[in-house]
Amino acid sequence: MSTEIDIAGVVRRFGPHTVLNAVNLAVRPGELLALLGPSGSGKTTLLRLIAGLDQPDSGTIKIDRADALRARPKERGVGFVFQHYALFRHMSVFENIAFALRIRKAPKPEVNARVTELLKLIQLETLAGRYPAQLSGGQRQRVALARALASQPRVLLLDEPFGALDAVVRRDLRRWLRQLHEEMNITTIFVTHDQEEAFDLADRVVIMNAGKIVQEGTPIEIYQTPANAFVHEFLGESNVLPAIIRDNSVYAAAGFPLGSACAADGEVTAYVRPHHVVPSADPEGAWRVQRIAATGAHARVSVGRNGLTIEAAMTADALLESRLAPEVNANVDFTGGTLFDKDGEGRIRLLSAASQASVVREGAST
Amino acid sequence: MAVRNILITIALAFMTLFLVLPLVIVFSEALSAGIGTYFNALVDPNVADAIYLTLIIAAVAVPANLIFGIMASWCIAKFDFVGRNILITLIDLPFSISPVIAGLLEVLLFGLNGLLGGWLSDHNIQIIFALPGMILATTFVTFPFVAREVIPLAQEQGNDEEEAAVTLGANGLQIFFRISLPKLRWGLFYGVLLCNARAMGEFGAVSVVSGKIFGQTDTLSLAVESLYGSYEIQAAFAVASLLALLALLTLVLKAGLEWRHRDEIHAVRRKRAT
Repeated sequence: MSTEIDIAGVVRRFGPHTVLNAVNLAVRPGELLALLGPSGSGKTTLLRLIAGLDQPDSGTIKIDRADALRARPKERGVGFVFQHYALFRHMSVFENIAFALRIRKAPKPEVNARVTELLKLIQLETLAGRYPAQLSGGQRQRVALARALASQPRVLLLDEPFGALDAVVRRDLRRWLRQLHEEMNITTIFVTHDQEEAFDLADRVVIMNAGKIVQEGTPIEIYQTPANAFVHEFLGESNVLPAIIRDNSVYAAAGFPLGSACAADGEVTAYVRPHHVVPSADPEGAWRVQRIAATGAHARVSVGRNGLTIEAAMTADALLESRLAPEVNANVDFTGGTLFDKDGEGRIRLLSAASQASVVREGAST
Repeated sequence: MAVRNILITIALAFMTLFLVLPLVIVFSEALSAGIGTYFNALVDPNVADAIYLTLIIAAVAVPANLIFGIMASWCIAKFDFVGRNILITLIDLPFSISPVIAGLLEVLLFGLNGLLGGWLSDHNIQIIFALPGMILATTFVTFPFVAREVIPLAQEQGNDEEEAAVTLGANGLQIFFRISLPKLRWGLFYGVLLCNARAMGEFGAVSVVSGKIFGQTDTLSLAVESLYGSYEIQAAFAVASLLALLALLTLVLKAGLEWRHRDEIHAVRRKRAT
């Protein structure tokens, strides 16, 4: 039923810049896929190529196994929601949504029925006569979506769909869009630079950097096993510590143990998420608490030693129990993390010293 | 408060002196010898010819500049090309050159002793002292009105809506007539109104190229001068009142349409919200 998209070896250059460098991507039927990456990573360009707003320099794009590059935008069956919505400012909400049908010379009763149905879907029946400038950001966003859906596209593409909205509207729309996707089951790709948004909404996330796909997977897979240092850093805060591996034990270059790893000896860089840093008050401890910031349910603790500062995150309740306070000495346990080589590749799992036994078992099984 | 009142008073006094009073005088002088004489002056064959000529000139110059304006704004707003800034500057040229100079340039180009004059007279084409020259001069002088109104609007509006129309399945012609043109329509409308008012009232350039043959190459504004020069004061004011009426009509038309479509104008003119 649903549509699949096959992208193979797509290259796009703008002058001297290679914006997309041999991109391969298979979009599965009916999935909600996020293209996640920093600005300039090529994700919007890829979306525009799929929609037919731009042509690749080489490579193929197939929609349901048919060559999409030979099809004009009209024949691709693609609905596109622009970052700033690009609603037709001289047309009412009704006429905006009806545009694709009028272009196709659909009979009037059919246009009226379809637009009314879509207005109901986006819950804006009462605003059919308004002009885009008279709507709020969230309302415009929904009109843009209804307009893109009017001609019943096989694929829905959204470029930074929530970028221009405030936090509350964004959260509501996100849920609404997820629900809508589950009802309609239309293959959907959206572009975002917001990691939380991508993970919250998508079935599968594709991470792009500098014109290449760095990693694909479910949100959990990507968060747990980031392909390289870029992905790890992009997905959230990391403490970055130069480290060495010796006899399956990992030490920070500054001299303290980080945990264990099942890998050959050598120099690596450890990436440790703040929630894997667990400080505990200890008068004999080598670390010193520098700063505590409590933000509601969560708290952040900065601890330092010998000029090195690392960040820890814990729940506010755990902070109370730990009796940590500024200028108090502490011990720090590392409960997890990821090691990469000098090039930021070659991922190795960092295990806490306590789970040394499991390292041996894992090592034996592989 | 005092400053505000003083400023308002000065502004009102200025407007009365320079805008209202002349208008009142034009109509009072035109009607000074009674309404019958007024209409007699207007149905004079020479004046009727001048009206006809003025209408012809505007009917060619205004659509020509409408099309130029749309094309120029399209080029400038949608494409980035070498010489784009020069083109923007050139569009302003007719504003910065005295219309008389514009007329003289045309004489130097198309006149009997002009650059192209020999070739033109060999082929029996008369431009100077004839309708084509007057149309050319008017078109040149009124060229910036539409373009100047539309280019900033087109630049501000950008290309997003056209792209949206592409993804919705529209072809080039559909995009132009359903998106690009309508979203510029208020800019175009103001431009055309201004352009028309100026085209009908143009004096300097047309005066130089027309040769001012009374009853033959006389427009309304030229007729005012020649009638006044031959001491037909009341007739001169009667013709002038036609031009004044045109100005008033333009204003009323603009205000009326603005009022009727105020929602839409507001929506189209407001900066793109992001």
